Amino acid sequence: MIERLNPDVAIIGGGIAGCAAALALRKRGLSVVLMDKGFCGAGASGVNFGGVRRQGRSLVELPLATRSRAIWDRLPELVGEDGEFRATGHVKLARSETDMAFLEKYAADAADWGLDLKLIGPNAVRDDHPWLGRKVVGASLCADDGQANPRLVGPAFARAARRAGADIRELTRVETASFDGENFEVRAAGGLVVESRWLINVAGAWAGKVADWFGDGMPINTQVPNMVVTEPLPFFIDRSIGVCGGDIYLRQVDRGNVVFGGGAGWGDIELDRSRPRTEATQGSIAKLIDLIPALKGAMVIRSWTGFEGEMPDQLPVIGPSLTLPRLLHAFGFSGHGFQLGPAVGEVLSELVVDGETLTDIKAFALGRFRPSWQSGRCKG
Amino acid sequence: MAEAIVIIGAGPAGVRAARTLAKAGHRPVLIDENMRVGGQIYRQPPPGAERAPDALYGFEAAKAVAIHRALDGLDIDYRPETLVWNAREKVLDLTGPRGSERLAFDRLIQATGATDRSIPFPGWTLPGVFSLGGSQIALKAQGCAIGRRVVFAGTGPLLPLVAYQYAKAGAQVAAVLDTSSFATKLKAAPGLLVLPKLFAKGLYYLAQLKRRGIPVIEGVDGFALEGAAKPEAITWRRGTETGRIECDAVGAGFGLRSETQLADLLGCAFAFDDLTRQWLPTKDAEGRASEQHLYLAGDGSGIAGADAAELAGERVAWTLLGDIGQAVDGTRIAILDRGLARIARFRRAIEAAYPFPHRLHAAIPDTQIVCRCEGVTAGHLKFQVEQREASEMNRLKAYSRLGMGRCQGRMCASAGAELLSHWRDVEVGTVGRLRGQAPVKPVPVA
Repeated sequence: MIERLNPDVAIIGGGIAGCAAALALRKRGLSVVLMDKGFCGAGASGVNFGGVRRQGRSLVELPLATRSRAIWDRLPELVGEDGEFRATGHVKLARSETDMAFLEKYAADAADWGLDLKLIGPNAVRDDHPWLGRKVVGASLCADDGQANPRLVGPAFARAARRAGADIRELTRVETASFDGENFEVRAAGGLVVESRWLINVAGAWAGKVADWFGDGMPINTQVPNMVVTEPLPFFIDRSIGVCGGDIYLRQVDRGNVVFGGGAGWGDIELDRSRPRTEATQGSIAKLIDLIPALKGAMVIRSWTGFEGEMPDQLPVIGPSLTLPRLLHAFGFSGHGFQLGPAVGEVLSELVVDGETLTDIKAFALGRFRPSWQSGRCKG
Repeated sequence: MAEAIVIIGAGPAGVRAARTLAKAGHRPVLIDENMRVGGQIYRQPPPGAERAPDALYGFEAAKAVAIHRALDGLDIDYRPETLVWNAREKVLDLTGPRGSERLAFDRLIQATGATDRSIPFPGWTLPGVFSLGGSQIALKAQGCAIGRRVVFAGTGPLLPLVAYQYAKAGAQVAAVLDTSSFATKLKAAPGLLVLPKLFAKGLYYLAQLKRRGIPVIEGVDGFALEGAAKPEAITWRRGTETGRIECDAVGAGFGLRSETQLADLLGCAFAFDDLTRQWLPTKDAEGRASEQHLYLAGDGSGIAGADAAELAGERVAWTLLGDIGQAVDGTRIAILDRGLARIARFRRAIEAAYPFPHRLHAAIPDTQIVCRCEGVTAGHLKFQVEQREASEMNRLKAYSRLGMGRCQGRMCASAGAELLSHWRDVEVGTVGRLRGQAPVKPVPVA
């Protein structure tokens, strides 16, 4: 049986970005159909570390990240719940003088982009966090960064979009999509055919495939973050914590569990099957104990992974198609899309409705991976 | 090169498999969490606390001793006190007396056994409340009772057995509350006669309880504990009838559930079993899982009891031997298969006599903790279903934390699924099952 829908906008992918886009588009009065192969917010949006962080990002990401940060404060009014967002601050630790020099330079550079970071010396960092191990020689604090529960945020956006009138189709795998010169036609499992003026590709690790269908092939790779959590422990880690190099990151949730990640799990995207790797888990455990010796002996109760799209320059792809009108892509968040997701949704809605966005997204254009296309365009 | 064969679990199934393989010239690795072989049913006390087999195992003493001695003189790489906490493809992650290590295998027999199945009831998280199996282990391994005045509640063949064992050991058993009615059991009696000896044993336990004047109340529709810090009394109801029994400890259990996490991590296919309302790894008639190098035997892949586990353990070893091109004993296999078929018929009658009382879930109050590890109440779960539109077990887990704690859902997933299906008014087999995640049991940060 064939079911035909004719919305203004079709969205492939129900992560935070896709659901936030659906919600924003509905608020601007457009009709939306969103399709996800599984459940909304259950992919990278739901299995990531849960960092809501601007510190450490590539400088060109800061305008988008700053816009997103403001939305995180407004989640209750926007989607009806706070997603356990807490502005706990984010501390980036230096484990060498080279690291510290890096943090100092980043703080100076980021100040030009409006990000207020506080550098902390070797004594002060231990005064602030007496539980840190000896390898830590300094830190940089972004007091306004924080953390949230990734399992709650994506679904909350999906429900808000649905309440606003978006047609959210879960367990609906998109099989093909095409453009007839006028409209897009998306065919999904179960006989669903969606014909729309606009198409937004926010399919996460699978977005490269969708881009390929339209000649927008991008050099996307797959990341499989290796995540681990301990049993609940007395609360003492009051900040979200990262390190220079990014090989270990951790936070302690209100309930007391310490969530930490580092290294890569195993995954086969064709099978849609991913698993933590013991080597990665043990590697991050060793680094965790180096940072916070008191965690030695705590019990690990769970580990998990998921698929995330990764670009060679570690920057997402956000913007219009190189080949077709009214086709937008946003993917390849390279392990830091959770914080950005809410703003990406708004930006996408602006690109559809207004044809432009005031947020600077130039650095994310698809053209950067097609120098010939770019230069040709310049000449023309 | 010889096949690297690993057996997980040294209960009746794992021991029989190991013996069969060793006698066929292999040196299997036999991994077990316990200190000594025997599994839960034939659990041996720790060294220094031994007692006579008759006192420990009653009617089953001869079988228990046979299992304990089955590996004597055989060359087996036996690794007690070792936990398999993760498995992927052909590698196991172990932690035990030798520390953490990885173990590669060519073929794997999973004889992972079972644990009690729980249904939350008011007071079930109080100290002094044990599972039925836990009550039995306290008696068998430690030689102690769970309380001075004990009530056993729930259902299943273990219920009268444990009550009888406690009474026989001199403990005061205040009552037995069975959610299965006398009429239900009577209806199942013809099927139980498939194995007359086992049926007679069940009747004997009940008769012994009656002889000692222990009230056995059948067809109970629910129970709750009184007491803030420990159980003081248990109240029960049956239709409009109610009762109250003073006690200081409760052993509660509702049949058994297979330990299937490793099978899940290994990618075995699962199917929902309507009779027992559980998800089980699928296996063919010869004990092969969906993955051809993986084998399943014993209660870890469907509850059938210790006798069946012994037969299945040996059977699956023969299957494995056949699969690697070794000669097999066809006559012996036919005997094993006939025995297993007979027990399977008996087992269906047991399930009919002691049906899993899923009706009890409807009465769970909103304040009741369902997931003990994470402190998730029924009301919190209901919120996820009604407000956050959780329609499936992994969504329910993601939103509520049910099954995210130390036990990884081993104790609460059944109740979570029953509640989810009750609130959504759909069959419990349609709400999915929790995805397994390593570690199967907690492992230290070290």
